[in-house]
Amino acid sequence: MTEKLVVIGNGMAAGRVLDNVFETAPDRYAVTVFGAEPRVNYNRILLSPVLSGEKAFEDIVTHDDAWYAANGVNLRKGVNVVAVDRAAKTVTDSTGAVTKYDKLLVATGSNPFIIPIPGVNLPGVVTYRDLDDVNAMLAAAEKGGHAVVIGGGLLGLEAAAGLAVRGMKVSVVHLMPTLMERQLDAAAGYLLQGAMEARNVDVITKANTKAIFEQDGRAAGVLLDDGRTLPADLVVMAVGIRPNASLGKDAGLAVNRGIIVDDEMRTSDADVFAVGECVEHRGQCYGLVAPLFEMAKVIAARLTDDPAPRYEGSFLSTKLKVTGVDLFSAGDFADGPDRDEIVLRDAARGVYKRLVLKDNTLIGAVMYGDTADGSYFFELVKSGEDVSDIRDTLIFGRTFAGGASADPNAAVAGLPASAEICGCNGVCKGTIIDAIGAKGLTDINGVRAHTKASASCGSCTGLVEQILAMTLGDGFQKAKVEPMCGCTDLGHDDVRRLIVAKELKSIPQVMQELEWKTSCGCAKCRPALNYYLLCDWPQEYTDDSQSRFINERVHANIQKDGTYSVVPRMWGGMTSPSELRAIADVADKFAIPAVKVTGGQRIDLLGVKKEDLPAVWADLNNAGMVSGHAYAKGLRTVKTCVGTDWCRFGTQDSTGLGIKIEKFMWGSWTPAKVKMAVSGCPRNCAEATCKDVGVICVESGYEISFAGAAGLHVRQTEFLCKVATEDECMETIAALTQLYREQGRYLERMYKWSVRVGIESIRAAVVDDAAKRRMLYARFVLSQKTAQIDPWAERVAGKEAYEFAPIRQLDLAEAAE
Amino acid sequence: MTMHMNDWIDVGAVDDVPVRGSRIVRAPEGDIAIFKAADGEVFALRDKCPHKGGPLSQGIVHGRSVTCPLHNWIIDLETGEAMGADHGCSNVVALKVQDGRIFMDARRLAAAFA
Repeated sequence: MTEKLVVIGNGMAAGRVLDNVFETAPDRYAVTVFGAEPRVNYNRILLSPVLSGEKAFEDIVTHDDAWYAANGVNLRKGVNVVAVDRAAKTVTDSTGAVTKYDKLLVATGSNPFIIPIPGVNLPGVVTYRDLDDVNAMLAAAEKGGHAVVIGGGLLGLEAAAGLAVRGMKVSVVHLMPTLMERQLDAAAGYLLQGAMEARNVDVITKANTKAIFEQDGRAAGVLLDDGRTLPADLVVMAVGIRPNASLGKDAGLAVNRGIIVDDEMRTSDADVFAVGECVEHRGQCYGLVAPLFEMAKVIAARLTDDPAPRYEGSFLSTKLKVTGVDLFSAGDFADGPDRDEIVLRDAARGVYKRLVLKDNTLIGAVMYGDTADGSYFFELVKSGEDVSDIRDTLIFGRTFAGGASADPNAAVAGLPASAEICGCNGVCKGTIIDAIGAKGLTDINGVRAHTKASASCGSCTGLVEQILAMTLGDGFQKAKVEPMCGCTDLGHDDVRRLIVAKELKSIPQVMQELEWKTSCGCAKCRPALNYYLLCDWPQEYTDDSQSRFINERVHANIQKDGTYSVVPRMWGGMTSPSELRAIADVADKFAIPAVKVTGGQRIDLLGVKKEDLPAVWADLNNAGMVSGHAYAKGLRTVKTCVGTDWCRFGTQDSTGLGIKIEKFMWGSWTPAKVKMAVSGCPRNCAEATCKDVGVICVESGYEISFAGAAGLHVRQTEFLCKVATEDECMETIAALTQLYREQGRYLERMYKWSVRVGIESIRAAVVDDAAKRRMLYARFVLSQKTAQIDPWAERVAGKEAYEFAPIRQLDLAEAAE
Repeated sequence: MTMHMNDWIDVGAVDDVPVRGSRIVRAPEGDIAIFKAADGEVFALRDKCPHKGGPLSQGIVHGRSVTCPLHNWIIDLETGEAMGADHGCSNVVALKVQDGRIFMDARRLAAAFA
């Protein structure tokens, strides 16, 4: 006699159980399935592609009407079971009908968790669970407007990305500091946030939703507990799920968070099984598909009298289904004292991989950007095999562990034409391929010019190059970046970007992470790296004096005979009898052979012996003078004229302003030297129009110009802007200098930098965008906090004393044979 | 016979030379630069670039070479030879390290200034 199997729920878990049962015992059960949704079974995890429009509902159906018919399954679409009578072994459904069972499978899934705040029941608030939710979102998206997604987990982000593709202005509100914090570590969460933002999704973290407010009877926006409000035509609640165990509870089954099952997937009633998100097994509830399938296998075995398989819990892995965002995590990836980690970062490609090891086994993996080896790592996590032998190359994945090698272009080749390649400019793969064909493009610059792809942040350059290679075959020659030096293939800009993106904070770390070809660099790269690190991590980086050119290491200028020249600061070119007297005394005392007035309005003492430097500085310090940084890739001089103090043409206090600027900016390190000048009137006696930064005072304010030169090249400055007050003048100059500090390549003078990045882009950041200017200014001010220490005084006090004394002085007797 | 007990002159402690840096031994004939590479190994060269006599001790030490501060010639610390396309040699002085002290070969000192 055929046994009666009743299945409550028609989701993925139920479908998989039936697949497995019919495979081994097709005729054993007469099956009735109750599905709350008015449709056949479909792959719920592919709802996101339906939302984004990449798939239609038909594409994600797993069991169609024909399947139910062929297997003799009585599918009750849109019918809920309202009661279970375990004594009578019957279920009562929402139509009042009673159905008898021999075996019962509860697969009621989960419910979206609704945070209990005012307004959650308003029209316009949806959850993200089934096709009806997707349809509701699609209907809302058609009208456009704002959507707020509450919850920055897997579902919330998929919903957000889909709604953004559908043209809504989307914000994600997330309680925690980083996205998907349960599946990702902070670094990957940060990369993910950038990727979401590149998809025009605003991400607001550490944000607690207080209420959903209404207008005209509908949800109109979200109120955060810090008082911020976000407009919303649609609110998607995606903060998590809860096992739907109420029916099981009503039926008198043992229920905790979910319906409690044993390793055989039986509930407290031996004839009642439960599967999927509604169950709790060994204290664990699952919300992902893999455990469901493992459970389904065990139940099917029980239902077909195979006693062997048991369910012992699942390792979890997560993938985010947002086109162009590759993200994978598996296992346990928390830090711990007994754990090691292996991290690979490639900031240019947006790749982050982190493996967590414990006792020589892999226990967790987080991957972002390149997840090709996700399944490989996941298998290693599950198997718990000893990875000591492959540990050295483990992070590089299966290829290096001896498996099949992957075609580097395969990933891009597999993307649909609609896949977005350049997030900054919203350029998709098809557009790039079309442009390559139509315009006959052969290199990355051509693609940039015609499509704007890779023209902004450049992080998609690798992808665009793969598309070029794929489209042109051998006709594509990869653009060559001028490497920083022979120690690396990376150019200055790449190195710099990677220092920031990977948070590299020491020279050895940069060399390690960026795969330097030499053990400790060379005289070209080391000073550049030292500068980049100093500029990018002003509060944290410790200056490496051995990576400084000699002049900056000993704070004086080496001369052809190995002696040094010493130039004390004269603020704004002003000096005094006592300073001059001190300089004269120093020159006499140390028999300094030459004293010269420089072009920067100060005095140079030439021919000082290295051993004498600290003593010379001590005397100059005592007279109130500090290092003039005449040797520095940094602020040199601020030349001035006498301005309104003395000059009958002067319009402003040019001397005073020059001194103010110099006192504010001295000590700052820059990619190359920076010379400034302030002239009190357009007659320009301070020659401000051939300086790196020049100010010309006029009656109504201050004209700031920059990017001049009067050396190897002679260039007049470019007009930057005119400001009314000294304060604005200082803010603008500091912001300009900071932008140059952040963008300039080491040894690249300001005028060369300005040509490379474009005067307009500089003006846009420093003049047009007040917020950006203030940020630059703030960063400059922060950096100055640790920069304004007189290096001479430090050395007078004994710092690096070994620099200035021989290790040993041999007498004639010792040295003679 | 030499005038002192030992042919090896103690010029100082290895620790007194900065890593990737150098110190000078001032001899009557001129300066000897003692270099310490990143791996801690020490070398000694006449402190005079074969190009225009620049003080090599003031250069940046990288790998087993030093870049002259005056015109960026790169000198091999082991041989004293200019590297790359440049030609010239700065004489090497033999060293040995014992108990953390650096000893310079006195017999070869004069030859370095030849």
